[in-house]
Amino acid sequence: MANGWETVIGLEIHAQLATRSKIFSGSATAYGAPPNAQANLVDLGYPGTLPVLNREAVLMAVRFGLAIGATIAPRSVFARKNYFYPDLPKGYQISQYELPVVARGAVEILLEDGSRKTVGVTRAHLEEDAGKSLHEGLGRMSGIDLNRAGTPLLEIVSEPDMRSAREAVAYMKKIHTLVRYLEICDGNMQEGSFRCDANVSVRRAGAQEYGTRCEIKNLNSFRFVERAINHEVERQVELIEGGGKVVQETRLYDPDRDETRPMRSKEEANDYRYFPDPDLLPLEIDAAFVAELRAGLPELPDAKAARFAREHGLSEYDAGVLTASRELAAYYEEVAAGAGEPKLAANWVMGELSGFLNRDGLEIGVAPVGAAALAGLLKRIVDGTISGKLAKDVFEAMWSERKDADAVIAERGLRQITDTGAIEQAIRDVMAANPGQLADYRAGKDKLFGFFVGQVMKATAGKANPAQVNELLKKLLAGP
Amino acid sequence: MTLTRRDVENIAHLARLEITEAELPVYVGSLSAILAFVEQLAAAPTTDVVPMAHPLEGQRQPLREDRVTESDRHGIYQANAPAVEAGLYLVPKVIE
Repeated sequence: MANGWETVIGLEIHAQLATRSKIFSGSATAYGAPPNAQANLVDLGYPGTLPVLNREAVLMAVRFGLAIGATIAPRSVFARKNYFYPDLPKGYQISQYELPVVARGAVEILLEDGSRKTVGVTRAHLEEDAGKSLHEGLGRMSGIDLNRAGTPLLEIVSEPDMRSAREAVAYMKKIHTLVRYLEICDGNMQEGSFRCDANVSVRRAGAQEYGTRCEIKNLNSFRFVERAINHEVERQVELIEGGGKVVQETRLYDPDRDETRPMRSKEEANDYRYFPDPDLLPLEIDAAFVAELRAGLPELPDAKAARFAREHGLSEYDAGVLTASRELAAYYEEVAAGAGEPKLAANWVMGELSGFLNRDGLEIGVAPVGAAALAGLLKRIVDGTISGKLAKDVFEAMWSERKDADAVIAERGLRQITDTGAIEQAIRDVMAANPGQLADYRAGKDKLFGFFVGQVMKATAGKANPAQVNELLKKLLAGP
Repeated sequence: MTLTRRDVENIAHLARLEITEAELPVYVGSLSAILAFVEQLAAAPTTDVVPMAHPLEGQRQPLREDRVTESDRHGIYQANAPAVEAGLYLVPKVIE
């Protein structure tokens, strides 16, 4: 950030709700269907059709509101947002305007310096998604696919509380984690299930008033959010320092060129002429319904992380990493319980397991080594059957051969040698094979101790218990 | 409330209506008259009146269960469309 400037960021996140059917019709919402196979008369905006609200979408919005400590409106209203675009057949989008279903919540984000910051959520409202326009390969025509039209969206609007691109990303990740914990959105950013617009402005440090903001549209990866905001801040600062003025406008981020450019011309300045949709009655949500949903909420990431730190003795950072997704947290908990050693479990889940998942591009749900299997391996470390070092080889074999730890250990004869007699015999053999080194050691060349350790481990294929080797070597090398 | 020429031009543009120079003053006059007519309601005392969302009392937003009830019938729907290709509705090119 340039000296003397402060960045102000607010995000509008669009989360597609994971309902089976659309928000106002019985069409399927599955991703990747052939064009228009999931667009019926309501979605196509045929005259005479009427919207009927999907109960599940309402329920999901309320769950989100409860998770961020927001107010659930006892009465909210659907409104028409009017604009013309071919992927919006009705000529309006059904959204919520003056009375959204969720208002005034907040989430806490963990910053890089370890401090915490609260980001306000102004509102979250229900609306329908638009269709998709395809501009390539159709000559002078555009192709319209309305499968996405009518997919339920929860638009989550933050306060302008973020002061850097990093904070914006931390906030977006927090919301991403939350919607997946709540199982209200699959969070798939590549498929557009979770995307955001960023409102960015700059002002002189210490200034009270906000600068003029620009809205950057359709950011669908955490990396793009960070880059687009940083680029936009740079552009605005340069503009003002060069004597210019920021014009309020909508801009589009181009990841290929790493720049933002204006999207709509000025005369089409947003004038959506919202008004209550006469096809839909106000949505009334009673206290009993809210109470029922509140009771059914899962343990949320903050609470889970706090519990891991408190009960398992994990660091705040580790607890945060392990609760980034509900699946990961559940996996870790099962390993920790099975192995009886939370810290060991945390290290393995964040280390070997995550490394292998990354390497193979797999999600934790399909990890070749399940939680019970990993717990089985860790138990063998805890009870001394294998060393931590050998355990890594066992893990790799478990991963590629999908066997449990005991099977791999037995098959490969990896069981640690703890039999004193056997280790002594190996040491005597090594001493007999290396009379020169033995004489030198006994003459005072202490450094050769490491050489003997190495030879004994080699002779036992790494299976000898290292502590016992050390102890016995000292005794036997010292003399008969 | 009286509309200006600019207001009417703007409304026409937002509604994608083409209004000729000759028609403009007509619409300025007639639309303003409609607003004036409706504005008489402002004289009614409404401070104690709760706005109604529906003329019938006690109506609530009905909710449907989240079930897929529609099947793929795009062939039938697209029979009405002026141009289709590979399942897509074709429209004159729109570029952002």
